[in-house]
Amino acid sequence: MAYHRYDAVIVGAGGARLMAAIQLAGKANIAVVSKVYPPRSHTGAAQGGISAALGNTEEDHWEWHMFDTVKGGDYLVDQDAAEVLTREAIDAVLELEHMGLPFNRTPDGRIDQRRFGGHSRNFGEGPVRRACYAADRTGHMIIQTLYQQGIKHRVNFFDEHHLLDILFTDNDECCGVVTYEIKTGEIHVIHAKTVLIASGGYGRVFRITSNALAGTGDGVALAYRHGIPLMDMEFYQFHPTGLYKLGILVSEAARGEGGIVVNGEGEAFAARYAPTMKDLAPRDMMSRFIYQEVKEGRGIDGKDYVLLDVSHLPPEVIDEKLPDVTDFARVYLGVEPKKEGIPIQPTAHYAMGGIPTNVDGQVITSPDGAVSPGFYSAGESACVSVHGANRLGTNSLVDLVVFGRRAGRHMLQQIQETELLPLPDRPEALAESQISELLARDKGERAADIRKAMQDVMMDRVSVVRTESELLRAEREIRDLKIAFGCITIQDKGKRYNTELTEALELGCMLDCAETIIHGSLARKESRGAHYRDDYQARDDTEWLAHSLIYRTEAGMEIRKKPVTITRFEPKERKY
Amino acid sequence: MEVTLRIKRFNPELDTKAHFEEYQVEVEGTDRVLDALNQIKWYQDGSLTYRRSCAHGICGSDAMRINGRNRLACKILMKDLGKKITIEPLIGFKIEKDLLVDMEDFFDAYKSVKPYLMADDAPSSGERRQSPAERARFDDTTKCILCAACTTACPITWTTDEFVGPAAIVNAHRFIFDSRDTGSGERLRILNSGSGVWRCRTIFNCTDACPRDIKVTEAIEQVKRALLYDQV
Repeated sequence: MAYHRYDAVIVGAGGARLMAAIQLAGKANIAVVSKVYPPRSHTGAAQGGISAALGNTEEDHWEWHMFDTVKGGDYLVDQDAAEVLTREAIDAVLELEHMGLPFNRTPDGRIDQRRFGGHSRNFGEGPVRRACYAADRTGHMIIQTLYQQGIKHRVNFFDEHHLLDILFTDNDECCGVVTYEIKTGEIHVIHAKTVLIASGGYGRVFRITSNALAGTGDGVALAYRHGIPLMDMEFYQFHPTGLYKLGILVSEAARGEGGIVVNGEGEAFAARYAPTMKDLAPRDMMSRFIYQEVKEGRGIDGKDYVLLDVSHLPPEVIDEKLPDVTDFARVYLGVEPKKEGIPIQPTAHYAMGGIPTNVDGQVITSPDGAVSPGFYSAGESACVSVHGANRLGTNSLVDLVVFGRRAGRHMLQQIQETELLPLPDRPEALAESQISELLARDKGERAADIRKAMQDVMMDRVSVVRTESELLRAEREIRDLKIAFGCITIQDKGKRYNTELTEALELGCMLDCAETIIHGSLARKESRGAHYRDDYQARDDTEWLAHSLIYRTEAGMEIRKKPVTITRFEPKERKY
Repeated sequence: MEVTLRIKRFNPELDTKAHFEEYQVEVEGTDRVLDALNQIKWYQDGSLTYRRSCAHGICGSDAMRINGRNRLACKILMKDLGKKITIEPLIGFKIEKDLLVDMEDFFDAYKSVKPYLMADDAPSSGERRQSPAERARFDDTTKCILCAACTTACPITWTTDEFVGPAAIVNAHRFIFDSRDTGSGERLRILNSGSGVWRCRTIFNCTDACPRDIKVTEAIEQVKRALLYDQV
């Protein structure tokens, strides 16, 4: 076992952790830990853009952006946080440009902006150009730019370290992490004054997902196991345009540039459901529209997909503004988007829920907002909540830049004001026993079978449309899978790059995430944003204009409600 | 359809030298090579080791030699490969285990060209201005995902450690031709040294290998011309 001592340890691979690390680099002694190399993070897969009311191509205001964020989130957004998000987005995007991010440009040399789902002018009058972009690889350019800044600032990277545990003192104060060095199998205890979990989402709990294989909710599940509540887990976003069967994302930018979604009868059906925003209605709605069309037999050839059509766009728009996503269609489906529609279906894309935090990234542990000192989260693993019940396109990138930066700044202050806390006895014990148990078992279940069964359960019963009976069935099935997971065996007994072992650990984390998603979905007897209950189709503001906090207790999962912060915009019916 | 994957295996904990093992896998033509590898790892041999993450060609984890060519396993479909497929790790790097190689030298070479914007102070308000034409000059090289397919396809890198390799040059190009950057002189000096662009013999293997269709050789030539004729 290796022991390290730092001011801050930051866990995760993506934009939020790098943004935080850059705030701390040179000012504090930090370790940045992730299971993949920095440019491999899933931030890099983000395509369409990052929104900020720069007003470079038409009038825009952060208040409009804030309104869209609140309405897009079906009023479950904490409005104080949404104000921070949209105000600071402007400065954050400019900071990215100053760091070197190669945005597309307007003729006069400013950052170019384009339309995106749910983003409107003047509180819902019609689409607005707000998404700043670098072709359709904005996330790629963000991760590259931030990694470059990390190199410039000599950030200390612990690459290919798998998070095994988060450490707390006997007084429940966070004091470090335990990692598994994938290359050698060595266990590391990283003792630190502050810990930031920026380990991303858990889309891999579903069969069809846009998420990387690494998106397994490790940090979220480990926090939960230590008694930290998880917030709004029932809100999981399905992106309407995933490549058929593969789930690979086709950016909303395709519709922002004028693409339309058509059903088996050739009808651009979105206009029927959302007369103002049409194909640029928010993702939760578009996914439900597609679900409904397919259910009523208007999928393509009666199957469970529809077409995203960009063939009417000028070829140069496709080549210059949508090169990657159209390439995906060619490579994976053999479809030429300049001539024909791209087969698409909703794909599990983004976790609105996660580790609850305040606007400084501090982890919240109770409905009154009490924080866990020294413990932070940012990015998709966190729930601030700026996305509420449904995240708007581009706002994930805004989230990770704005709140990654704020978390980093707050950690710096915390580091200066606090002392290192004592570690618990044998801090590595829990992690070590998990690993030795997995390696010791010679016979048992195969992890892949359990993983596949979990993904089927989640996709078939807990996705775009949910009902009590299906959720109850899913709950039983996941409980059984968790028992089966307790008896899995792995073939590779070695220490060196034992990725079979790390995949098994990831599965354990995913099962915890799956369980909380189901539990939250059962409890919330209403439909709001991405959580649609066929048996409770209306939004219920009397009972459920509240966040759900799920705690793991001795007696099982317990849900407590946390009030939503409302400042400027009173809840209204959500129409587009 | 059933295909045979012939995979080069090497686990330094157990083996003295690398050897090939064959696996029969039932696949669809539209499956990626990565899907076939996952099938083996998940259902036949859990010890088979490789890197992977995004599974759609954007994270750069799974570059490997597929039927003798450097490709991303997640961007090549089974239907394009025939019934017997040979898969090997990238060459020129130390094999850590099976298809997984040591990337440290690769990232060190990348870092050696100072791959970050060097510029005067940012304006106090707003962005640095850059025209679409200025932006277009380095668009191609911004696409790099650091997968190392180009660098390990280059025969020069097979024979010497004294070459930064195509990927590092691509990333230097991305800044040298960025109108906002003021560090071109420094980077060009690095690339004018013995480990720089003059090692390149315009073999074009790098361009063939790039999964992002970056015109790698052209980028290297532009850097050479910048050095020869001061054309930045």
